[in-house]
Amino acid sequence: MRAFSLSRVGAILMKELIQMRRDRLTFAMMVGIPIIQLILFGFAINTDPKHLPAAAVIEDTSRFGRSVFAAMQNSRYFDFIATADSENQAKEMLARGDVSFVVTVPTDFGRDLIRGIRPELLLEADATDPAAASGAVGAINQIVSSGLAHDLRGPLETLKQDRPPVDVVVHRLYNPEIITQYNIVPGLLGVVLTMTTILMTAMALTRELERGTMENLLAMPARPVEIMIGKIVPYIGLGFIQVFVILAAAWTIFTVPMLGSLSLLLFALLVFIAANVTLGYTFSTLARTQMQAMQMTFFFFLPSILLSGFMFPFRGMPVWAQWIGEVLPLTHFLRIVRGIVLKGNGLADIVPELWAIAAFWAGVSLVALLRYRRTLD
Amino acid sequence: MTIAGALPTDEVIAVRGLTKRFGDKTVVDNVDLNVKRGEIVGFLGPNGSGKTTTIRLICGLLHADAGEGTALGHDIRTESGLIKMQTGYMTQRFSFYEDLTIRENLDFVARLYDLKPRKDYVDRTLERLGLTNRQNQLAGNLSGGWKQRLALAACVMHEPKLLLLDEPTAGVDPKARREFWDEIHALADEGLTVLVSTHYMDEAERCHRIVYIAYGTIVARGTVKDVVADSGLKTWVIHGDGSGKLMAELRNLPGVEQVAPFGTDIHVVGTEGGALETGVTQVAKERGLKAEHGETSLEDVFIKLMTDAQANEQ
Ligand SMILES: Nc1ncnc2c1ncn2[C@@H]1O[C@H](COP(=O)(O)OP(=O)(O)OP(=O)(O)O)[C@@H](O)[C@H]1O
Ligand SMILES: [Mg+2]
Repeated sequence: MRAFSLSRVGAILMKELIQMRRDRLTFAMMVGIPIIQLILFGFAINTDPKHLPAAAVIEDTSRFGRSVFAAMQNSRYFDFIATADSENQAKEMLARGDVSFVVTVPTDFGRDLIRGIRPELLLEADATDPAAASGAVGAINQIVSSGLAHDLRGPLETLKQDRPPVDVVVHRLYNPEIITQYNIVPGLLGVVLTMTTILMTAMALTRELERGTMENLLAMPARPVEIMIGKIVPYIGLGFIQVFVILAAAWTIFTVPMLGSLSLLLFALLVFIAANVTLGYTFSTLARTQMQAMQMTFFFFLPSILLSGFMFPFRGMPVWAQWIGEVLPLTHFLRIVRGIVLKGNGLADIVPELWAIAAFWAGVSLVALLRYRRTLD
Repeated sequence: MTIAGALPTDEVIAVRGLTKRFGDKTVVDNVDLNVKRGEIVGFLGPNGSGKTTTIRLICGLLHADAGEGTALGHDIRTESGLIKMQTGYMTQRFSFYEDLTIRENLDFVARLYDLKPRKDYVDRTLERLGLTNRQNQLAGNLSGGWKQRLALAACVMHEPKLLLLDEPTAGVDPKARREFWDEIHALADEGLTVLVSTHYMDEAERCHRIVYIAYGTIVARGTVKDVVADSGLKTWVIHGDGSGKLMAELRNLPGVEQVAPFGTDIHVVGTEGGALETGVTQVAKERGLKAEHGETSLEDVFIKLMTDAQANEQ
């Protein structure tokens, strides 16, 4: 009996493909889940909230200061609900959550502006919900410049030439790492894939056990590694269908940029999906029932979401949590996908992360092959 | 009966002391079993006696706790991969894929055994089954008997040398059963070896040899004739009155073990020839009924074996 037979792998693979195709509901779910998740998460982030409460600290009463406030109010990002008497009072309002922003126009703002010294304008933002503040923060320079444009006429025209007339200083309070939608939509790619691919393959063997087809499969001459490959490959394919759905949505609905190479991203995705699918298969060698397999999947999914840097900034977590996070494929994939998509990383930049995922993959494959039950005991 | 080249070394199954425990329950207890090439051996025994478990041990689906042996010359404990290549195992419960069509299931098997050309194998099997025009029907939609026939066809497709059949004809109609047995015999003539479990007496009688297992222990074996003779049972038939009253009376006679009605006849089965004969003829004479020697059936023997085993166990 040959140690490895492509024909036997093909037998399992074809069978899985047919079953997958026939299980319409699951198939529809696998394509539907990414879309639903993306829209749910994506729009929750994309809401670019307006009319956030703001407090003003006015230490300069020149018309320029008034123009700035007017422009901010007109931008509809800011709703000035209070004027603080002092810096401290404003800080308190921010801490209590009464306002999301404090805008300070410092002393001599107008005088410095006219002299061309580029006065500072301080914007303090409550970044506990970074997504909420990000829109306003991103737009502030533009708002200030256009607000002053009207005032800087005639002899002052020169002030707005080369650089913005005002130096807007942004302080993000309470959350050092900003998460923007560009950060999250690529991350969602990893999260959705983690959940669906593991869940699908976690059923691979338990379904056979529960339907009683395992006895037949075991009685025929298929080797564990052949069964594993045959059962994994179709789900890698299914994973890529999800990838295309998500990428299409990311670029059309959310206009996420793509700075790096698409083929590099697809290659990283291949490794990442393979690792996840294999993990699911490993779960199915350990579980006795589909229910157990499902529980294992969720047990794994939770830390993946919480400790990978998707939900919380990775560097903000305690060291022990970072160690757990380092084991998870999603952690490394998030770095890869953000690196490629947002920073234009090349292969050399992502190699360490790829190795980490590949090592995880090798580890779970080994467990699957060792734990595969060749008998019905 | 001619067994092609049946030398003593031609043992297709040869196991000794096979033992299997689930928890602290010994389900198969020190079983010895020998089957020669070309033989059809019937494997009988009450529900839960360990037939399925024994078959699974032979084809490597379960690990034996004790015992050793070979199937097709390969060690059942270490070479199950080689055994599986040349063995067709038909499970008691239908275990092909219900969400695959008949053809897809056969295709799956053909690929697993690397049969070439695959299409020919599948087509031929479909034709022999008479399922060619239903080949695209889902296996799950087949009736129970047709599922059995599909399973059988699938497990002989790769032309195995050994067939292990676990109640292959349960729920199959008489005509199909007859065809099934004709085919089994035809295959055995070509050298295929068959171990088949069944609860049907007529099927047991079609086997070259039978093995009877109760509570995990083999309690009788041999040809049907041998098993009946070894049981030491004698049978009397009383014609003309099948009433319950007469049966109750007969049951109380010395030496009587079983009393069973057959229409207006009553079959009386017992061990001690002498006591049985005097008792039965006496009762028949009193009522003016005719009593004569009957042939002891395999069923009578099995019921005795079952009762004895039960008594031993308690
Ligand atoms: N996996 C298992 N775990 C625990 N007990 C088992 C297992 N498989 C079988 N048994 C027990 O072993 C005994 C023998 O079962 P087996 O299926 O071999 O009987 P059988 O002779 O095939 O019966 P039947 O005629 O009903 O098919 C039964 O009591 C059964 O409950
Ligand atoms: Mg059974």
